[in-house]
Amino acid sequence: MIRFDHVSRRYPPSMDALSDVSFMIEKGEMALLSGHSGAGKSTLLKLIAAIERPTSGAVLVNGQNVGALKRAAIPYLRRNLGVIFQDQKLLFDRSAFENVMLPLSIAGFAPKDAARRVHAALDKVGLLAREKALPIALSGGEQQRLAIARAVVGRPAILLADEPTAHLDPQTAHDVAEIFRDFHRVGVTLLIATYDDALFAPMTSRRLKLDHGALKS
Amino acid sequence: MNAWLTQHRKALHWALRHLTATPLNTLLSLLAIGIAMALPAGGQMLLGNALQFARSTNATPQVSLFMQIDAERKAADIIAARLAKHPGVRETHFISREEALKRMQADASLAEVIAALPKNPFPDAFVITPQNDDPEALEQLRDELKTWPNVEHVQLDSAWVRRLDALLRFGRTAVALLATLLGVGLVAITFTTIRLQILTQRAEIEVSRLLGATDGFIRRPFYYFGVMQGLAGGIVAWLIVFGITILLAAPVADIAAIYNTTLSLHSLSAEDSLILLALAAVLGWLGSALSLGRYLRGS
Repeated sequence: MIRFDHVSRRYPPSMDALSDVSFMIEKGEMALLSGHSGAGKSTLLKLIAAIERPTSGAVLVNGQNVGALKRAAIPYLRRNLGVIFQDQKLLFDRSAFENVMLPLSIAGFAPKDAARRVHAALDKVGLLAREKALPIALSGGEQQRLAIARAVVGRPAILLADEPTAHLDPQTAHDVAEIFRDFHRVGVTLLIATYDDALFAPMTSRRLKLDHGALKS
Repeated sequence: MNAWLTQHRKALHWALRHLTATPLNTLLSLLAIGIAMALPAGGQMLLGNALQFARSTNATPQVSLFMQIDAERKAADIIAARLAKHPGVRETHFISREEALKRMQADASLAEVIAALPKNPFPDAFVITPQNDDPEALEQLRDELKTWPNVEHVQLDSAWVRRLDALLRFGRTAVALLATLLGVGLVAITFTTIRLQILTQRAEIEVSRLLGATDGFIRRPFYYFGVMQGLAGGIVAWLIVFGITILLAAPVADIAAIYNTTLSLHSLSAEDSLILLALAAVLGWLGSALSLGRYLRGS
């Protein structure tokens, strides 16, 4: 489902964020991406979503070479991915409902069908009662769950998460992890970048460990 | 199809919301656009009226040919025959010296003066309508007729036609120049307002792109914004021109009365109004397209 083939990403002039990374994640697999701060975890996720392009090597998602995609094709790749960003990227002038609605509006869903899906996604993360709230009125944990709801509302086959439990108290972090486990159970392919190895450890044995841009097996 | 319509409706709604969200800014932009467009539109309106006036006063110039005072009627007959055959002449009207005298006598104020004259002071004359009424052709015709035997004088009343023609040409060029300059101004205004809108919507644009929005999706609401702002500015311009015609109607009627003609000022024709509004919308679109192109290429 996701394959890296000798992928390097260099930031000019000579900072290697990733060097010669190769791995493969099968469909329905849940993989944990770990490593120290600055090891290249975020860069790796960004390459999958075509937010950045590899300096060399090939990034394949569903057999498609993401690094070689034309600019106009990138939006359609992203619609098939759910991404939970490290800084969440919620829109603070829109309600929880509207935030989750955004990907469906972009994909051109019929409003009625879309509203039903938004409610289902909010329900899934336990925020249905707060659909009218603005993100600023939500707690840190609720904001994180809102970001998850937005990532999954389009029912993507692949879910990428960048530090989804950072800055959360242990109980909230545990709740969030449970949500990911549920997605894993229904066959979603997950790649989660995290420091919190212990939290996710019981759910999967698949590990990708980055050290200064290189993969340690 | 349904989804496509929904997206357009949403974009339109977004544009309306943002136009009305900052009413003072919007009002000032509309005034700037309206005044900028009212100048060439007003010029076009005045030009249209001038043209109509010029057409209503018989614009076909005529050439008057006077025989020598002592020329015999036979000489006039020869000239009449030559004129009839001349390719540059469409129509001739012969006014004999007797007829001219009779006409002048009919005017009470002149009758006494004429009665005091010892003999008929009028020559035989022809009023000629030329085939071609452009000024050069008229002058050529005059120069040719002058050389014919027993012809005393050929008079051309084309000088004012020439002046009017030049004036209208000048007017048209001035309006076109003004329209071009202020059209560029309108694009600049839209460019700036859209740029400001884009800057305030930066977060939304960035997130939308990360969630799979195409450039078209990002552009759409801004296009609506630019087109609607241009269109509204065009309507303001039309209203300004309409107001001007109403304010000028009375003074123009006074002037017309002094010159013993009737002249009423008309607002922009339906065609010109449509062109004005269409142009305003297109220029608004162009301004937003340029602004968006710059932003989207840069990110």
